[in-house]
Amino acid sequence: MSPDNVDPRGGRDPGTGAGLFRMHPDGTASRGSRILGIVVLLASAAFLFVALVASPPDDQSENAMGDLVRIMYLHVPAAVACYLAFFVTAVGSIGYLRKRTEGWDLLAAASAEVGVVFTALTLVTGSIWGHIAWGSWWEWDARLTSTLVMFLVYIGYLALRSAILDPVVRAKRAAIVGVVAFVNVPIVHYSVDWWRSLHQGPTISRFDPTIDGLKLFALMFGMLLGIAVYVWLMIHRFRMQYAAAHLEARGLDLALAERRAEASGASATAQAAATAAGSEPVGASTVEKEVLR
Amino acid sequence: MPDPAIPAEGTVAAVLADARLVAAKDLRLEWRSRVVLSQLVPFAILVLVLFGFALDPDRTALQKATPGLFWLAVLFSTVLALQRAFAVEATDGVTDALRMSGLDPAGIFLGKAAGLAVHLGVLEVVLLAGVSLFYGATPHGPLLLVATCVAATVGLAAVGSVYGILSAAMRVRDSLLPLLLLPIVAPVLIAASQAFTAAYEQTSGAGWRWFGLLAVFASLYAAIGIFAFEQLLEES
Repeated sequence: MSPDNVDPRGGRDPGTGAGLFRMHPDGTASRGSRILGIVVLLASAAFLFVALVASPPDDQSENAMGDLVRIMYLHVPAAVACYLAFFVTAVGSIGYLRKRTEGWDLLAAASAEVGVVFTALTLVTGSIWGHIAWGSWWEWDARLTSTLVMFLVYIGYLALRSAILDPVVRAKRAAIVGVVAFVNVPIVHYSVDWWRSLHQGPTISRFDPTIDGLKLFALMFGMLLGIAVYVWLMIHRFRMQYAAAHLEARGLDLALAERRAEASGASATAQAAATAAGSEPVGASTVEKEVLR
Repeated sequence: MPDPAIPAEGTVAAVLADARLVAAKDLRLEWRSRVVLSQLVPFAILVLVLFGFALDPDRTALQKATPGLFWLAVLFSTVLALQRAFAVEATDGVTDALRMSGLDPAGIFLGKAAGLAVHLGVLEVVLLAGVSLFYGATPHGPLLLVATCVAATVGLAAVGSVYGILSAAMRVRDSLLPLLLLPIVAPVLIAASQAFTAAYEQTSGAGWRWFGLLAVFASLYAAIGIFAFEQLLEES
């Protein structure tokens, strides 16, 4: 324990931002995630070149989409990533129900957050495509509709998480909802599919261009990149949640110690706070003081 | 917790006995308070009347929309019935009492779901009378109509009970429960409305496929509830 830890403020000047930076000496990054981040960044530049410049427009298939086909290189990877993310949420939920350890719960939570972002991206790109191909921002297309329902289900999942303060209760309930939400995905998909097939008007053009050569490469590249971006974001959200959970727990410990000290006499306050801080691992104590201040 | 020494059939029987106890308790509670009868049934009728205002008194439009409007009214009422059914468990530490009562969690789930299903069943009978009175809709396939009501009600009661206990003790449950529940039951709304359309338009052949979907939904969520209720009851 450094002498810094004895002072509840960690010896920092509360007026400057310096303390804020010291709060996260390593941020949420590690060596591995930094390398992944750099690779993703470089690959994104290469991907944009392939998808927007190098690959040819779609002019061979029956209802040729021309340059419009390029939105698919973003839309399909986003859709793949969101399904992967919700699958990981379900795995994390089941893992939590079996093992009851914090890590599984945080995995489910982090993955759902990133999944919701990718679902939003899928919906927006799908809608833009529909605006050009169908002439309207929204059609009750089976895939678009079931994706929207899935989006709302996982918004609910995140709302449930943010509404429960007790981490154990939150983890357990969220795990049940995480499983139910994933089970629900195929049910919604099939019911919407049947529903649409009943009222199918004139055939609307879908995402079915001729995919070969550089176009196929762009699509595959995009999917791999989408998964890599998902993994990178998920790692950071996971670490963020982990730090937040521990910050909360330690802040509570310190506050309890302070209240106890108040009860036993004002003169002992500083000493008790120091004891509480001293009993914690290095690094964490500076964080919680920042919050309590 | 069931005693491990009790044989498998005994356990199933014990679960069903527990379910009967819980369902009887809920129905007795309703019989004495008459909250569903005096508030929920009038609410459902009110929703039918409001749909009429929204869609013109033109009966052809209302008749065409009858299946969807009927099931929308059921869904809204389900949310209210659920809040009522689990509010009585949330106050005065009843959840703790229930947990320590020694009743099998699966039994408690089945009991709550059965109680809810009976309430919803009564509501649907009133609503069916309401749509034929207000919208002039007359069903042609009574068997499909009844089967759809049963399957959809079991599904709604099962998934509703899972989400009901989940949000029972929460301060934000009034706004959170509809957000969690309604997207999950979207397939019920689609399938039940389509089956009803078939029943009202005398093309019941196509409707049985939708009934199948409802039955799958109901059994799936009943199974989830039976296995998950212990976890949900553990800590609330």
